[in-house]
Amino acid sequence: MSKTFKLDGREIPFETGQTIMDAALAAGVYIPHLCHNPEFAPHGSCRVCVVDIGGRQVSACTAAASEGLEVDNSSEAIQETRRAILQMLFVEGNHVCPACEKSGACQLQAVAYYTGMLAPHFTHFFPRRSVDASHPDVVIDFNRCILCELCVRASRDHDGKRVFAISGRGLESHLVIDSHSGLLGDSSFAATDKAAHVCPTGAILPKGRGYETPIGERLYDREPISIVGDVRAHEEEVV
Amino acid sequence: MAEKPRVATASLCGCFGCHMSLLDIDERILQLVDLVTFDRTPLTDIKTLGDCDLGLIEGGVANAENVEVLREFRRRCKTLVAVGACAVNGGIPAMRNQFSLAECLRESYCDGVGVHNPGIPNDPEIPLLLNQVHPIHEVVAIDYFLPGCPPSADAIWTFLTEFLEGRPIAFPYTQIHFD
Repeated sequence: MSKTFKLDGREIPFETGQTIMDAALAAGVYIPHLCHNPEFAPHGSCRVCVVDIGGRQVSACTAAASEGLEVDNSSEAIQETRRAILQMLFVEGNHVCPACEKSGACQLQAVAYYTGMLAPHFTHFFPRRSVDASHPDVVIDFNRCILCELCVRASRDHDGKRVFAISGRGLESHLVIDSHSGLLGDSSFAATDKAAHVCPTGAILPKGRGYETPIGERLYDREPISIVGDVRAHEEEVV
Repeated sequence: MAEKPRVATASLCGCFGCHMSLLDIDERILQLVDLVTFDRTPLTDIKTLGDCDLGLIEGGVANAENVEVLREFRRRCKTLVAVGACAVNGGIPAMRNQFSLAECLRESYCDGVGVHNPGIPNDPEIPLLLNQVHPIHEVVAIDYFLPGCPPSADAIWTFLTEFLEGRPIAFPYTQIHFD
């Protein structure tokens, strides 16, 4: 492994075919991300992994690493772009953290903390989306969905069930469920599915398990996500 | 000696929790009253707002009186701060935006459990509710945002002391939370 590129001035080794994100994660360098999960193919939808390469902003999860690249992952300009992207995600949904069971162990919230976002600033959409509580073990609040398609990918590529898909265009894009009624309870979804455990927000939650962890001991209460890591890495603790 | 900075506070569509969190600075309140003079706030008896250096607003904007008070604060305060989740993004009260105002009023005053004398209050003394609850930055320009439901006393103290010293405001990781 002799090839390297520079990430914030630090030499990062990589192998041909690796993305900037793959190589950075392997080297223990944090690049904020929401739709990226190394168990699944890169998606490139959330854009919070945006980095600067020679004045061009690209998503680290889809850009291939190449010899001699100089990548900016931490300048104030890059953090500002990420904050603006997060602010858009926050106003597009109803992210009422004080009333969300995922608060404190939510990747969307943790990345917002990491980038120093204090408020969403933009005009709120206040969408009126339904909550699907038809399944005996799992509830979906579509108001918190950020369309990362991790559940879509997990259900299709890991569970072999294709329970989820994204339907609609533009701002009308939304998560749909493959069942005759469109309800989760009528689908083949099970709480043991991979798709039940990959949501980076509070959109897909187990029923009857909320508020189990005392405040102060939740995943991101004491240290930022750059140190703690993804929710995924702590599955057995938080689920 | 220059006159002390004047500070005003208000609760719009808030629960007074952010004011309680301000009071959670405990004995540091004695330091604070040495540093500032309080103008109109729920903690004083002053009914009309004077010219102030700093205005702290908790709560979102849910009715016509909230709009009037907020605009008055913007006119009178050099620096205006959104304190708490409700002021920042509407908070829990904005969950009523999932329903129409008519549905909310009918449920509360006509069809709800235990309602006697059903009828939506219509005295002109009562400010009319807006169709939706709004964060305060959608009504007036805001200079600083202090998230949290409520922000911790330490976060409020960090903000106040840094602001009064004229320093750039930076919070330790553990002081910033949205919940």
